[in-house]
Amino acid sequence: MSDSQDLTGTGAAKGGPQMGDRERITLINVREGMFGAKGDTSGYDLLVTPVQMPGASERPYGEWFDGAVNVLEELLGERADAAIEYVVVDRGELTLHIAREHLVEVCEHLRDDQDLRFEMCLGVSGVHYPADAGRELHAVYPMQSITHNRRLRIEVAVDEADPHVPSITSVYPMNNWHERETWDFFGIVFDGHPSLARIEMPDDWVGHPQRKDYPLGGIPVEYKGAEIPSPDNRRQYR
Amino acid sequence: MGIEESAPPFMLGTVEDFVGYMRAGSMWPATFGLACCAIEMMSTGTPRFDIARIGSEVFRGSPRQADMMIVAGRVSNKMAPIVRQVYDQMAEPKWVLSMGVCASSGGMFNNYAIVQGVDHVVPVDIYLPGCPPRPEMLLYALLELQRQVRETPMGRNRRQMAAAAEAAALAATPTSDMKGLLR
Amino acid sequence: MSQERTAPGATGAFVEDPEAPEYSAYGGDWSEIADEAARLGQQRIVVNMGPQHPSTHGVLRVMLEIEGETVTETRAGIGYLHTGIEKNMEYRTWTQGVTFCTRMDYVASMSQEAVYCLGIEKLLGITDEVPERANVLRVLMLELTRIGSHLVAIGTGGNEMGATTVMTTAFIGREDTFRVIEMITGLRTNNAYIRPGGVSQDTPEGAVEYIRQMIPKVRQKLDELVDLQLQNPIFKLRLQGVANLDLAGCMALGITGPILRSAGLPYDVRKAEPYCGYETYDFQVPTSTESDAYSRVVLRLEECYESLKIVEQCADRLDQTVGQPVMVADKKIAWPAQLSLGADGQGNSLEHIRHIMGESMESLIHHFKLVTEGFKVPAGQVYQAIEGPKGLLGVHLVSDGGTKPWRAHFRDPGFNNLQALSILTEGGQVADVVVAIATIDMVLGGVDR
Repeated sequence: MSDSQDLTGTGAAKGGPQMGDRERITLINVREGMFGAKGDTSGYDLLVTPVQMPGASERPYGEWFDGAVNVLEELLGERADAAIEYVVVDRGELTLHIAREHLVEVCEHLRDDQDLRFEMCLGVSGVHYPADAGRELHAVYPMQSITHNRRLRIEVAVDEADPHVPSITSVYPMNNWHERETWDFFGIVFDGHPSLARIEMPDDWVGHPQRKDYPLGGIPVEYKGAEIPSPDNRRQYR
Repeated sequence: MGIEESAPPFMLGTVEDFVGYMRAGSMWPATFGLACCAIEMMSTGTPRFDIARIGSEVFRGSPRQADMMIVAGRVSNKMAPIVRQVYDQMAEPKWVLSMGVCASSGGMFNNYAIVQGVDHVVPVDIYLPGCPPRPEMLLYALLELQRQVRETPMGRNRRQMAAAAEAAALAATPTSDMKGLLR
Repeated sequence: MSQERTAPGATGAFVEDPEAPEYSAYGGDWSEIADEAARLGQQRIVVNMGPQHPSTHGVLRVMLEIEGETVTETRAGIGYLHTGIEKNMEYRTWTQGVTFCTRMDYVASMSQEAVYCLGIEKLLGITDEVPERANVLRVLMLELTRIGSHLVAIGTGGNEMGATTVMTTAFIGREDTFRVIEMITGLRTNNAYIRPGGVSQDTPEGAVEYIRQMIPKVRQKLDELVDLQLQNPIFKLRLQGVANLDLAGCMALGITGPILRSAGLPYDVRKAEPYCGYETYDFQVPTSTESDAYSRVVLRLEECYESLKIVEQCADRLDQTVGQPVMVADKKIAWPAQLSLGADGQGNSLEHIRHIMGESMESLIHHFKLVTEGFKVPAGQVYQAIEGPKGLLGVHLVSDGGTKPWRAHFRDPGFNNLQALSILTEGGQVADVVVAIATIDMVLGGVDR
């Protein structure tokens, strides 16, 4: 159905693309089987499909994207190659994958340069890709420019074992609660945040509930002899 | 033809009836909105539905002045201790109306965050299904609760009723053993 | 879910752990704050307000440090209504997700539905294939919802300041919008009416006339609210010059919606980035430069009038598009049965049931597959924003190519705007805290999700 799935094409082999590609593509999931609670109900357990995000785009990106990336590269100077890992243009939206060391600087440029002028960061959304080894946790920042009426997305990927991302509250104070929320739900530590405390869950909660390895936590429902498992333990299509 | 025209010189009744009648007449709910149902609860208080017709229009901000807690909405794990605290602050006699499926059973949110039914935290007198229940349904639940309150036995009768209820509950088939249509 | 992985900070201790945490109403930072206050002496008073308080719009908790009647520090505590909706959506099909996200901000249910469905349509690449009538119905619903939401904001705001009449008047107007919403969607709130690809059902007979009857009734209630509030000296004294936030403050805190417009920036996503055909409607974006609580009430009322103008235009367009489809033509996405109004209320169309049960096995299979499995959405991620009643409402959707979202994250405007509570209240009077909360107009269901 999608072009992106064809990128892996070769199918059955677990693990998906080569390591060289890995850095330029997000591996979302490795899907096993088609239907069932665990494994495949048919018993044929060889259906293994790696699923990927649309990969890096080549220039020209189209629309205003080239200009914006050019300006950003110019401002970053020699650090541009290290800072911008790759650029994805998909469904009319621009995504910049940024190395975390350079995130704050990139944000400063995005906010302050008159040709970029992204005044608003619309929060940060954590996404957990357990299959994307070494880059499991992604922090996704949508940026909104009211001046130019544009939007782009900054994506920072970090290792689950070292879930540190610099806080951008010094550049975008509005991100204060959003970063707390993402810490709460995903365990991404935003270094330099003024008070990185839990915000939604109780203070003494254990774990980060919206990660993929955290169970949904539902209980089976008993009804007159029948027991209906919680939604995450039911048979389902995948 | 009211009681004015044909009032007998005296009337006989039981304290039980009299107290029940008085208690049911004006039950004041605590202002205790949690989620979607709270908005419908507020609508119930406004002119289209007019909860004042059944004497419950005085939503009290302080639980100490309230007779009834309408748990209107989903109860999260973080909120559960507060729900209990509000309940404990209410003076006896007090009643709890569990409004909506989330408060009654967790509803569609069978997950880590939500208490699967407020009856884990406070004793519930009447459950009101719906997501959210319409204001008319809340009014009906209130009338049902009023009926229960009016007919509540006291003293020895209450003890007898409690014993009978317990005996019946012990004799009943547990839900886990019910088979329903699964034979 | 594999439990073997021991990721740092992920799922850890559970009940088998003897040192599992216990929860109490006294725990957390509150006791620390209270102890510290006691240590520092009597001058510093910390007041806890909420989460069960009649004036905090639900379960918001506010920690106030006061000196006499002056607030010196404000901290908001949220999370008392955290429902895990985003996580739940990961276990349901894309279509079922609508019923979850509609319960986030329950005062403006259909805003979430709309933004979520627009996001899915962008992921599927069918944004342009949504039929015109579906878009008209979406706009109609969004605007009715906006009126309802603003009326709740104004009404409960008035109630919290002690004027019950404001609330009753506002709610009468809101009930009139609900009559129309209920006639068309079948439900008062939490409608699940807007679906990926269109809307769940067409209007029943007589809906347009009913809409036209409703408009003057709502306008009358708006007029009453204007007469009741805007020239009222007590109301003006209570709100004018209170809860000020200038444009620089709004930009720093990412404020959108009426608060941003009250500071003078006419930013409205309906104009900036039109969706559902908003560019073809004639309406104004009211702004003000007063940037106080009073001007926000005025703006909300003016927006209600503008929304009524849009509703009028929707009624005309519904007349022009009678009989046109309300769902995309792609049968792999469109729900197979068009719901219809039966004698016993809402339900499946009998015609459809006769078809799948009596005539066509293939239709039955198709129906079953689509309803149980759902449709697949190509892998990728999108961000979609709309102008909710409270500000910019955004959704970040990630698909793994399956029938369920990999991640759905909502940027609720209330969550973001509530950050401004400290700056709106510090240095003001204690009584004005309630005004500031009312003027932000967040709904905790949306804030906590």
